Amino acid sequence: MNGQTLRYHVRHETLYRYEHPVRESHQLLRLFPRALPWQRCVAQHLGVSPEPDRTRSFTDAFGNGVRALHFEHTHERLEVRSECWIELDSRIMPLLDNSPAWESVRDAMRYRAGRQLDGAMLEAVAFQFESTEVRIKRAFADYATECFTPGRPVLSATDALMRRIHEEFTFDPEATDVSTPVIEVFEKRRGVCQDFAHFMIACLRSIGLAARYVSGYLLTRPPSGRPRLVGADATHAWVSMFVPGAGWFDFDPTNALWADQEHVTIGWGRDFADISPMRGVLLGGGGHAPEIAVTVVPEDEFAGLYTDAALPGLDLPPRGG
Amino acid sequence: MPPGLIDAYPFAAARHDEMLVAPGTPRAQWDLMARRLEGLSPAAMNKRARSVADAIAADGVTYNVYADPKGMLRPWELDMLPLIIDADEWRTLSAAVGQRARLLDRVLADLYGPQNLIAEGLLPPALIFGQRGYKWPCHGITPPGGRFLHLYAVDLARAPDGGWWVIADRTQGPSGAGYALQNRIVVSQTFPDTFRRLHVQKLAGFFRTLQDGLARMAPSGQEAPLSVLLTPGPYNETYFEHAFLARYLGFPLVEGQDLTVRDDTVYLKTLRGLRRVHVILRRLDDDFCDPLELRADSSLGVPGLLEAVRAGRVLVANALGSGVLESAALFGFLPAVSERLLGEKLAIPSVASWWCGEAPALEHALAHLDDLVIKPAFASMRREPVFGHALAGSERSELVDSIRAQPHAYVAQEWVRMSQAPVWRTEGGGHLESRSVGLRMFAAATPEGYVVMPGALTRVAPGGDVEVISMQRGGLSKDTWIRTDGPVARTTLLKKRLGTMDLMVSATDVPSRVGENLFWMGRHSERCEASARVLRAALRRVAADGSDEVDDELAGLLLAAARIGVLGDETGDEDSQAALERRLLAAVSDFGRAGSIAANLRALALNANHVRERLSSDNWHVLNRLEVALSPPPQALDEALGALDRVMLDCISLAGFAMDDMTRDEGWRFLILGRRIERLAAMAALIQVVLHAPADDGERMLEWLLEAANSIVTYRARYRRAPELLPVVHLLVFDTSNPHSVAFQVGALAREFELTARELNHPMPPQVAVLERRLARFDLTAFEAEDCVAASARLASLLADAQLTAQSLSDEVHQRFFIHTVRESRLRSVA
Repeated sequence: MNGQTLRYHVRHETLYRYEHPVRESHQLLRLFPRALPWQRCVAQHLGVSPEPDRTRSFTDAFGNGVRALHFEHTHERLEVRSECWIELDSRIMPLLDNSPAWESVRDAMRYRAGRQLDGAMLEAVAFQFESTEVRIKRAFADYATECFTPGRPVLSATDALMRRIHEEFTFDPEATDVSTPVIEVFEKRRGVCQDFAHFMIACLRSIGLAARYVSGYLLTRPPSGRPRLVGADATHAWVSMFVPGAGWFDFDPTNALWADQEHVTIGWGRDFADISPMRGVLLGGGGHAPEIAVTVVPEDEFAGLYTDAALPGLDLPPRGG
Repeated sequence: MPPGLIDAYPFAAARHDEMLVAPGTPRAQWDLMARRLEGLSPAAMNKRARSVADAIAADGVTYNVYADPKGMLRPWELDMLPLIIDADEWRTLSAAVGQRARLLDRVLADLYGPQNLIAEGLLPPALIFGQRGYKWPCHGITPPGGRFLHLYAVDLARAPDGGWWVIADRTQGPSGAGYALQNRIVVSQTFPDTFRRLHVQKLAGFFRTLQDGLARMAPSGQEAPLSVLLTPGPYNETYFEHAFLARYLGFPLVEGQDLTVRDDTVYLKTLRGLRRVHVILRRLDDDFCDPLELRADSSLGVPGLLEAVRAGRVLVANALGSGVLESAALFGFLPAVSERLLGEKLAIPSVASWWCGEAPALEHALAHLDDLVIKPAFASMRREPVFGHALAGSERSELVDSIRAQPHAYVAQEWVRMSQAPVWRTEGGGHLESRSVGLRMFAAATPEGYVVMPGALTRVAPGGDVEVISMQRGGLSKDTWIRTDGPVARTTLLKKRLGTMDLMVSATDVPSRVGENLFWMGRHSERCEASARVLRAALRRVAADGSDEVDDELAGLLLAAARIGVLGDETGDEDSQAALERRLLAAVSDFGRAGSIAANLRALALNANHVRERLSSDNWHVLNRLEVALSPPPQALDEALGALDRVMLDCISLAGFAMDDMTRDEGWRFLILGRRIERLAAMAALIQVVLHAPADDGERMLEWLLEAANSIVTYRARYRRAPELLPVVHLLVFDTSNPHSVAFQVGALAREFELTARELNHPMPPQVAVLERRLARFDLTAFEAEDCVAASARLASLLADAQLTAQSLSDEVHQRFFIHTVRESRLRSVA
């Protein structure tokens, strides 16, 4: 990508068909991309069926926007469709070898009594430790150390770790589910984007660095010669690592890519548990996993993709809005 | 004076002794008590010990010990000798505890707010963000009233030099204040004179302060606030205390399912409808309080609670997320934190602690292992403390390895040789023994500041040489007497905005869950009894017969058993006696078969457990017996018959308790409604089977029908001849003097529903009156005809409607009183 601002339309549909009627339901949605220096959400729309009895919005402790829905009447299906238009600028890619030696980053992240932390550091230290889905283990540290050789610049080492995971791990949606522990992902060397992100975070935290889990969307390209299809995409996850004085850098171990203009960021947390797109508690219900359809389409392909029948409800806003 | 009990008491010079200053010489504050003891013989002491134990048993004070093979309940162990503390010492101690409560409250405000302590390097991030106790979803929330810590407890130990040290902070939902009160009630009566003469400070004022403080900080506007005590339920180890405190404070005792969040507001589901809750005093850990934002797999919490807290609509005490401070690893950092937040020197030292996450501390800990106690850094790790000096060889090297692997997860503490106090042992004629003791003190928040309970729970080590005092293992405790120089304060001196009377919640706030469990307890016990009667009739016939033939009488009985749900519906495949026996035995003891006696008994036990505090100990005894009635499961017909007899007798006892042993409040009425509805449905179903059978077969079935309705004696006494259809139908359907008849149930339901409608302000369900009228109008003379087919069909149809009515009444009770799904109950027409 070459410095030009790109625009995408994102549609994210979730459909629950419950086995038994649900009498009451609370849902928390983290579905809308947050504002970032390189990312703007220029239009957004949330469609929910049935109509919730109450909707509230708040910002969570990591700065992500949350919609809270409460249903107090019996329903047997729940459909949530979020849509938005996103503008992405190209991010400035740092030179890998210009970054500080990784040990100096690790040492800078260590606690020293009485030392002041600036705002960025205070934010970062929340992402240094174990969390619901991320363990700190010697085995993870050992795995990382092969890339984090003495004196190696931290971004170069992290890039190498990302590439190693990409090479050694097989993408396999059958191998894991949302509850597979990261140690099992490591043993099997298989999984999906969420597993690779958790594993890479575990490696980085195990050697004393701060790393967070980023939830978002990825622009995919249809196989050559085939048309782009509605619902062919999925939510995506990658890793962000902190370098004091320089900020956060995004690594996508599933694709061995630095996140740039193909990655739309929804938000972040310590791991998936902090930023899952939909989390809920039901009275009644039960049944199968939801049907999820995600479509990410560049502005110039938008009109060609959606036929009249499936035309989404959100109009394209004017440029520069 | 003869050589008394005190002379025989072992005095350990290397430690502080609470009672003696030197062998045989009591401390000043103990003088009066010591003299009292010298006047008592071991036999007199043993007698007092027995009355203490009896009082504990009579009050039903228990402490549930995890993984105790002997079952859930263990009597609370209380030593009759109090720990006595002087007024001067108390002033210093309580000021220090008040300061620490103030400090920890401000630490929570900082950690869930600006996090200055971390930004300024006063607390290591690993100690806060590295533990599960820190709840990110709670960040940014300021509780109503501004306080995070409403009831604080601290564990203290006294070192050999006489100084007190903090061993542990309890900041989530501290236990023990209720036990301290219970101990006081018992021990003050054991030495009433000494108690009075020593001017011991009273505890009641402290609880009033707690009540008051919560009420004044509650976001209730002009309304009188409703406070509830939230318990994880009867399986929790301190459930007795939850129930006791709830009663004492006048707060309804509720479980998570009793509460619901609507529009960011918490409501209690009561039999009278939804009532807004302003204060939740919780004994539920942070993790379990809200499955929506905290631990998703928790079934104990209230979905949406955090949103209500965020909206400032409810006060949760202590604030959600306060468990983060239950970490001994924080101790070393608190002096500097106190200077920073309060500008004060920390008045009471924590026991010297080294958090191994700092390299120099780690090296110190490993070098001085013999003098240290190694503890997990965070309460959530649930690991036992280890004494360095007690470890050798491989155990020691394993510990060192674990610490080196994860140093931030460990904290090393100086091994405090705790002070000793006398404990009365009844063994060997009775003697005083010396045991390690520690204090658990309490502080309650008010808008003006913290008030410290003038008393404490003194916890006693379980053995003479044991150093760890943990209630999780079960343990002995003592009352704690604080002497005062002045007069004993009768009430709190704080200026009150609300009187206690405002806080007392009348018994009308019966949680719906209590009503629901009583209702189902009634239905299940009645169902067990009816099923047992029918199965017994069937088993007797099968046992007596022994042939492979199933005659029509037995076929009808099996059909009846299937209709009331106890027997599987798979009719017609009884190709052999053996297969039939297997099917009947499964109906008795197969837990997996819905409707079996075993499954019903299990359901009954579950219901009973939820209303345990409402049942007498005799009632419990029967319930406990019922739980084991089918273990081991009967393997043969005669064993099954014996088991069914026992189940029936116990069920009849339960019916007796229901009528004669329980307070007749709003909750009780639901137990009776459940019983009547169940019996109506079962009787209607059984009689229909007979009415639908061909006339000759029907006559032969009357015998078991009378048996199943427990009316055979009445029938014989009245008619002295073989059962005939008309008199049986009269006795079982229309005779309002027969407590098993259909008409009796309908009459009883009409009365109970009328009372319920009046008490709970709900419309009377019209179905009951309709049924009553139809029964009254039924023309029994039709059964005098030679051919009763038409009459039988008419009555069968009436009974089918009665069965449907029972079902609709049950549904209606659920909708109205238990579920409170707003829309449905609002829109439901009550024509």
